Amino acid sequence: MTTTTAPPAGAQTGTPHAPGPRKRGNRSPGEGRMATMLLSPTLLVLALVIVYPLLSAVHQSLFRAESGLDADGFVSDVESFVGLANYADLFVGESGRRFLNAFANTTFFTVTTVFLETVLGLCLALAMNRAFRGRSFLRASILVPWAVPTAVSGLLWRWIFQSDGIANTLLGSEILWTAEGNASKLAVIIAEVWKTAPFIGLLVLAGMQVIPGEVYEAARIDGAGWWRQLGSITLPLVKPTLLVAVLFRMLDALRMFDLPFVLIGPGKESVETLSMLAWDESNQLRHGSASAFAVMLFLYVAVVAIVFVKVLGADVTGAKELKLLSKKTARKNRLAANQTQAPADLSTSEQSNSDQKKAEATR
Amino acid sequence: MTISDLRNAAVDSGAGSSNAPADAPPSNRPNAKRTWRSYSVYAGLALIFAYCLAPFYWMLVSSLRRTADIFDNTLLPAPFSLENYAKVFDGSTMFGQALLNSLIVAGTTTTFALVLGVFAAYAISRLNFRFKSVILGVIIATSMFPGISVVVPLLRLFTDIGWINTYQAMIVPNLSFAIPLAVWNLTTFMKALPFDLEEAAMIDGCTKWQAFRRVLLPLAAPGVFTTAILTFIHSWNEFIIALSMINDPKIQTATVAISKFTGATEFQAPFGEQMAAGVIVTVPLVIMVLIFQRRIVEGLTAGASK
Repeated sequence: MTTTTAPPAGAQTGTPHAPGPRKRGNRSPGEGRMATMLLSPTLLVLALVIVYPLLSAVHQSLFRAESGLDADGFVSDVESFVGLANYADLFVGESGRRFLNAFANTTFFTVTTVFLETVLGLCLALAMNRAFRGRSFLRASILVPWAVPTAVSGLLWRWIFQSDGIANTLLGSEILWTAEGNASKLAVIIAEVWKTAPFIGLLVLAGMQVIPGEVYEAARIDGAGWWRQLGSITLPLVKPTLLVAVLFRMLDALRMFDLPFVLIGPGKESVETLSMLAWDESNQLRHGSASAFAVMLFLYVAVVAIVFVKVLGADVTGAKELKLLSKKTARKNRLAANQTQAPADLSTSEQSNSDQKKAEATR
Repeated sequence: MTISDLRNAAVDSGAGSSNAPADAPPSNRPNAKRTWRSYSVYAGLALIFAYCLAPFYWMLVSSLRRTADIFDNTLLPAPFSLENYAKVFDGSTMFGQALLNSLIVAGTTTTFALVLGVFAAYAISRLNFRFKSVILGVIIATSMFPGISVVVPLLRLFTDIGWINTYQAMIVPNLSFAIPLAVWNLTTFMKALPFDLEEAAMIDGCTKWQAFRRVLLPLAAPGVFTTAILTFIHSWNEFIIALSMINDPKIQTATVAISKFTGATEFQAPFGEQMAAGVIVTVPLVIMVLIFQRRIVEGLTAGASK
């Protein structure tokens, strides 16, 4: 490795030769060029598979196929510019009713499933955090629902919810789970929660394991019971992790397609989501309205994501946490310098402990 | 496990142990409360096991019944039978071909995503350049893009250029979720690796490229591997793209194929065969999960809890 390879121009100009941590801000043109070279294939592909479809969808949503079928029974190619008519139709008439229904279903599924998953996931994580033996077994089994393909889980639950299936046998009921109606909504929710609650559980568990034991010990000495510890230590400290997990789950639930499609079937009013509606329209070759639905769904997802990141402060990229961390560590160091051996009050010890642990974890 | 059990458990055991490593020996102080506590913990764990595995177990059991007693509710298949598995592969359904297609599509997607992802992640984690956080943000944001918003326009484009019923019609759109996933995971892994070794290599005269190839890449291999597993599982489970772009059963992937399983019997959905096919599609993933569970959890949680 120490052979005298002449570095290509620019490739090495910015490399720090001094030992010690790299300082930020000393970027060089060489590094920039190299970064461009390395990133451009990725950005190019993403432009092709994300940006182009998005622009194309917006464009197509402004057009509408004129006559449907021509004399030979083929779909005519004639498309005329209709401006925002496809969007206006989202709120009136038959197609408007269908859109609003799908919109309501999507929102309903997202809110209910994510809420249930979060509660259940938290319980799973709390229980797993207590388990000392058999944890790896537990982890493996909890990954099974996550690994089952959604289409397969749809099939599986359709079999369970069959009219003479195991669910009705166990419940002693004769519910038509997979037909139209509220029972089918419930079936989708159950199947979705089964598959994804473990995912939240895993993420939250990872967040819990970063909390140092001394924090709980201090709380216990201060007389805090289990609920108090949960409310004052566990929940606040897993909140950043939980927010990110919930955000991911929400964005995933908003585009729900496979599960209702396989479990209940396409075109069923009670479970039709926005994705299913757009897919159906696209299948009917009504590209204009399909694109309008797709664009609306994209906007919906984008709004939810922005709200989460901006308002609730979900830290997706990790940039914020790093910045916060360095600030906190600095403060902690100052504090530590001033502090005596006397036990700090609960909140301070919790703060600095978690900072320390996080700093270690980040290093 | 009830809440009060948990509370007792937490108070009794000393909350400090809640963070103990998995193999920490419990203290040997025997008392009634402690055994009661450990029972309730085990009951809770049994509940979690049942919750996670019961539906999957039911699929497995049902797949091993004969068609005649598919509606039995016994916990074990009464006469054990591989009839359904034989039917799945009897040729009329082209399920074997569908599995192969899934392997091709998921494998190719994973390979492309990894190659592009490694370069991008290296640039993001090791180089200083303008708009870095913006670019990372954009890449992560694309992973939230709803699949249908890709499918609707691309379906039209692919129809025009004659890509319908080709592998690339699935692989290219798959990259829309595979690349962000790969870049993000790899960036997290590479950021966690110490920079010192590369630095030492460069002081010894390596170029950045050599330091990357000979020092960083071997170090990052576990991360690359984890990312490969995750990307592969995601692509293997992909549904909406494969459903939309393909209507030829010869090119269909396994997830789509089983959703369209009609089987030979006309009057009733062939549940036994569907379950058998579901087991076949899922078992490779379950095996992967069992073998690589530590890595998978690491990869899944890397992004969310730094």
